[in-house]
Amino acid sequence: MVTFTLKRIASGIVLLVAISLLTYTLLYFSGTNIARNILGDMATEDQVALKQQELGLDQPLFARFLDWAGGVLSGDLGRSWFNAETVGQSLMNRLPITLTLVVVAILLTAILATVLGMTAAVKRGWVDRVVQIGAVIGDAIPGFVLAIIFVTIFAIQLGLFPAISTIAPGAGPDAWLISLTLPAIAMTVTAVTSGAQQVRSAVIAQLEKDYVRTLRSRGVSEREILFKHVLRSAAPAGLTVLSLQFIGMLGGVVIIEQIFALPGMGALAVSATSLGDIPIVMGVVLYTVIIVIIVNLLVDLANGWLNPKVRVS
Amino acid sequence: MTQPVDIDPRAGAMVRSSLVKRIFTNPLGIIAVAILAIMILAATFAALLAPFDQNFADIGNTLAAPGGEHLLGTDSAGRDVWSRLLYGAQLTLLSALLCAAVAIGIGLPAGLIAGYYGGPFDTGASWFTNLLMSLPGIIVLLSARAALGPSVWISMIMFGILISPGYYRLTRTAVQSVRNELYVDAARVAGLGDGRIITRHILSVVRAPLIIQTAMVLGVAIAVQSGLEFLGLGNPAEATWGVMLSDGFRNVYLSPQLFVWPVLAIGLTIGALVLLGNAVRDALEDGQKIAKAKRRATDATGAVAAVDARVPAASDVRTRAVSAALPAVEAGTEHHLLRVSNLGVGYPQADGSVRSVVRNVSFHVDRGEVVGIVGESGSGKSQTAFSILGLLPDTARITGGTIQFDGAYTVAPGDERVSQTRLRALRGRRIAYIPQEPMSNLDPAYRVGSQLVRPMMLVLGISRAEATRRALDLLEKVGIADPKRTFDAYPHEISGGMAQRVLIAGAISCEPDLIIADEPTTALDVTVQAEVLDLLRDMQKELGVGVILVTHNFGVVADLADRVVVMQHGSVVEAGQVRDILRDPRDVYTRTLLDSMLEGKEPMTTLGSSAPAAPVVPTLADAARVGLITDVAATASTETNEAIEEVAR
Repeated sequence: MVTFTLKRIASGIVLLVAISLLTYTLLYFSGTNIARNILGDMATEDQVALKQQELGLDQPLFARFLDWAGGVLSGDLGRSWFNAETVGQSLMNRLPITLTLVVVAILLTAILATVLGMTAAVKRGWVDRVVQIGAVIGDAIPGFVLAIIFVTIFAIQLGLFPAISTIAPGAGPDAWLISLTLPAIAMTVTAVTSGAQQVRSAVIAQLEKDYVRTLRSRGVSEREILFKHVLRSAAPAGLTVLSLQFIGMLGGVVIIEQIFALPGMGALAVSATSLGDIPIVMGVVLYTVIIVIIVNLLVDLANGWLNPKVRVS
Repeated sequence: MTQPVDIDPRAGAMVRSSLVKRIFTNPLGIIAVAILAIMILAATFAALLAPFDQNFADIGNTLAAPGGEHLLGTDSAGRDVWSRLLYGAQLTLLSALLCAAVAIGIGLPAGLIAGYYGGPFDTGASWFTNLLMSLPGIIVLLSARAALGPSVWISMIMFGILISPGYYRLTRTAVQSVRNELYVDAARVAGLGDGRIITRHILSVVRAPLIIQTAMVLGVAIAVQSGLEFLGLGNPAEATWGVMLSDGFRNVYLSPQLFVWPVLAIGLTIGALVLLGNAVRDALEDGQKIAKAKRRATDATGAVAAVDARVPAASDVRTRAVSAALPAVEAGTEHHLLRVSNLGVGYPQADGSVRSVVRNVSFHVDRGEVVGIVGESGSGKSQTAFSILGLLPDTARITGGTIQFDGAYTVAPGDERVSQTRLRALRGRRIAYIPQEPMSNLDPAYRVGSQLVRPMMLVLGISRAEATRRALDLLEKVGIADPKRTFDAYPHEISGGMAQRVLIAGAISCEPDLIIADEPTTALDVTVQAEVLDLLRDMQKELGVGVILVTHNFGVVADLADRVVVMQHGSVVEAGQVRDILRDPRDVYTRTLLDSMLEGKEPMTTLGSSAPAAPVVPTLADAARVGLITDVAATASTETNEAIEEVAR
């Protein structure tokens, strides 16, 4: 178990380096004139050249990347090129919003998808049909389109929720609740529809297994078979789906934050990439990839715990 | 961002012209194709259909309401919404196609090579795939846009690369599943080059899953590009649906209908693509179901879900009504441990008919007696056994007859289903079951011990410690050398023979009166078979328990059984004392079964009706004789023959 975890962490670090380098390279060849963006149209050519030198933009790719990576290793993510804020501070202000949103959405998804998927698999009938039709509809409507529809109906037409975030620095939990409810629901709905469908097939696959029949023949109750045996065996498939959905949500949240005007990490990423604020973009990439690696590691560990066969190999 | 698409890669072999037909008999399939056709036509003839140029701006007439000169009104720059919607279809669909093309262009060849050759390329490509899949896609797309400029074409090429692992994995799995199939081996042995094998045998397998995957990918691509453009990252000069959506949302207070049109266009197109993908998948699954039904008459899966939903309501009421006043069994038969009379079992079909798998079967078992039920696969012997246990699939119906256990009905006259309330009191406690395939009948997630202990605690109401002690005793009793070790092992850590001993221990753990053993030795090695049969015999003698031994092997029956029931096509053809039937079989079918045993080999052909065995197909028999084709592989024989024929051509 320990070797497995260490191996996964090592491969995670390799992944982190590879992705950082890839992103840095992409940004390096960016067409944007960053120095010009910072100084504005009024600046002279000399000023721009000076700024470029100051930011190290005249250095070759590897030198710049190593410089940045060295900073990261010593815990310094650098400063935004456009305002005085450090990257760490900037992300710490925004990460809680994004993470709260994604974590709430994924937990809601996990619970609802499991309940719906299992009910559909066991009871069949109308629940099953609703889940199946829901899966098609969920697939057909992109999450952000649903969010737009939600904003239009519940925020703009009915005025039940604010269309724009009320989360200010130091805002109380009520502001968070009000601002995050609608986006969280919007993100959950599409994830639940496909998730429930996947849980349903996983549970049906397990229910058809021979050992279920043998357990029944031994006098074990349906409830115990379902919750102790079937759910456990179907869980790895469900967890894998959830981890993919989590990664999907980390991407989707960028658009969701824009729709609900939430000051999260996504909004930061959008503005930073269009301006060419490389330290900020790299910080966002670093944090996102670390979160993804942690989630994948947790899912692998959980699957190992659930399935003794995986644990051995 | 990328949803996993759940496709059985082997489904590909089913692509035939009938697939297209099946898609078009599915109403949702027709709707999907119709919507897509309209979208494609609109995109193709956008220049003819659009009254204005996509970027012609009537500055004096911004955000105009629908009607008049502008069919759907104008946007915030005074551009005609209808025209932009048409040009948008062109750009949106083409760029989505580009994305799919890039993804296929990378994923398909990589998957083919990795799946076919394996080795370092496979390792490398799989690592790279994992890298791509853990990338936060939108960040990459944002950086790419910053680096390469705001163009929907560039975004879609990038997204195509990001989404290519889907194709890679699909192709790789499909190729791996057929690479070692016999017909591929045969083609290789016959000297067919790798290139020919790949194009001829392997591409045909991935074709259908690719179609499904592509439908899904096109949908996702449209969603992603409109998402990016919605962020304001699109090129405003390119009229795509996403750019229109972005403009509409920005003016949602002024002109709320503006974003309705792109939302409709996006929703309809993606919906149609999803439906098309599902229709193809359903068509493939239907094809497989038909094939499966032909192979295994007893199989009944979710195919008849529609029927399932309709029937139970009525039959539940009926079972309940009957259980309220359960009629007494026929006088003079109470002393039988088990009595099955005129039992019929069938599966309702989608067309309203009932496929009958057991017809008019009658026999009885007395205490301490071993009764063999003999017959080939599909003879209904397992279905009969499961009716006694009440473990038939949900879709099965009792079409007639009764079953009584120890003087009380478990299936009373007129019941449509086996009463679970009545059987719950018997299963495990008084009727036990030994399955055919030992490994798949233990839950892989739990230790062997807990799977023995838990039922005993439930059925006998004893403590965990007591149940553990008994379980260890039982394991020793069934001949396991180190009971403690097996008790603590996971199912995958023990051998098949051991697992079967564990299952026998489980079956006798609660001291039942009747054990139903369904082919208990078929899945075991020949040497282990004899040991397990000895064990069964010893246990039966020691416990004095009644046994129903379901088997296709007369040797096993001769060894263990007192009486025998021979079944064919769901009916009993002969029954009596084992000695009498062995000496003097009356029925032709019984004789055929006996002959096949006396020759000491497995039957080469499926036993036909009551006719003697048909002559064996020469090519296969020859192959089997030289050991080229094993028994299991005989199913792949048609493909092998096709492959051989094809090489000969």
